[in-house]
Amino acid sequence: MEIPMLKVTPDRYLTVRYAGASGDFNPIHIDEEFARSVGLPGRILHGLWMMAQCARAQTEAAGDPAALRRLDVTFRGMGVPEAELTVTSTVREERDGVATVDIVVEQNGRAIIRKAEAEVAVGGG
Amino acid sequence: MAVNTDAVGKQFPPVTYAVGREKVREFARAVGETEPLYLDVEAARAAGYRDVVAPPMFAVVYAMPALAPAMVDPEVGIDFSRLLHGGQEFVWRRLVVAGDEITTTAELVEVSERAGNGFYTFETRSVDQEGAEVCVGRWMNVVRAA
Repeated sequence: MEIPMLKVTPDRYLTVRYAGASGDFNPIHIDEEFARSVGLPGRILHGLWMMAQCARAQTEAAGDPAALRRLDVTFRGMGVPEAELTVTSTVREERDGVATVDIVVEQNGRAIIRKAEAEVAVGGG
Repeated sequence: MAVNTDAVGKQFPPVTYAVGREKVREFARAVGETEPLYLDVEAARAAGYRDVVAPPMFAVVYAMPALAPAMVDPEVGIDFSRLLHGGQEFVWRRLVVAGDEITTTAELVEVSERAGNGFYTFETRSVDQEGAEVCVGRWMNVVRAA
């Protein structure tokens, strides 16, 4: 099983839409001034939105949302709007119809999710 | 910073979330999904589902109403001004569809301290209207050193 690289560029107002969709209105994601006041470079992406891109890369490759059995992500860096994210997925092993996948998310040349692992059912398993 | 471990093992009251069709679509669009199962009722029904399918990460939406009170519980004592989301795990058992009623229970499972940072891990367990498990989440929060 191969999982294509997923590329996505969150637009300027993505964090506002995701805040509404998810219910996470932490101002570090939606208020530029507030984000700067707590020492951030500006508004940052929701970690769980970045995790959703990891999930989407797996389910799109599998062609079935039910194939995603587990996803485990460690947030190490901050993502920002208006710059491309790449989600790179590498199958580490396939056993008993389940692929174990290592995932890295990069933006502006830095890994913002370095340690992520998915379990994906393969072959209709 | 001394972390308080007294609340480890504390379970919080279950909260039921009714999964709505338009909420599923709103969430799917916000995360960039184009999969018809999430957006198109006819496509979902043709594939054997009762209504639109929630993307797996919709677990965030149905689990949060149970988790949020746990995170602000004074016995847990999280300092929100220093809070970061350190990590997240979900294990999915089956897909959720619009019309499901998902009941989630949250528990504080681990509190520890490393290099002055506090680590607070919650577990959520979500079941459907028949009591069947649909998703287990582990939410790792970091409270940065003062």
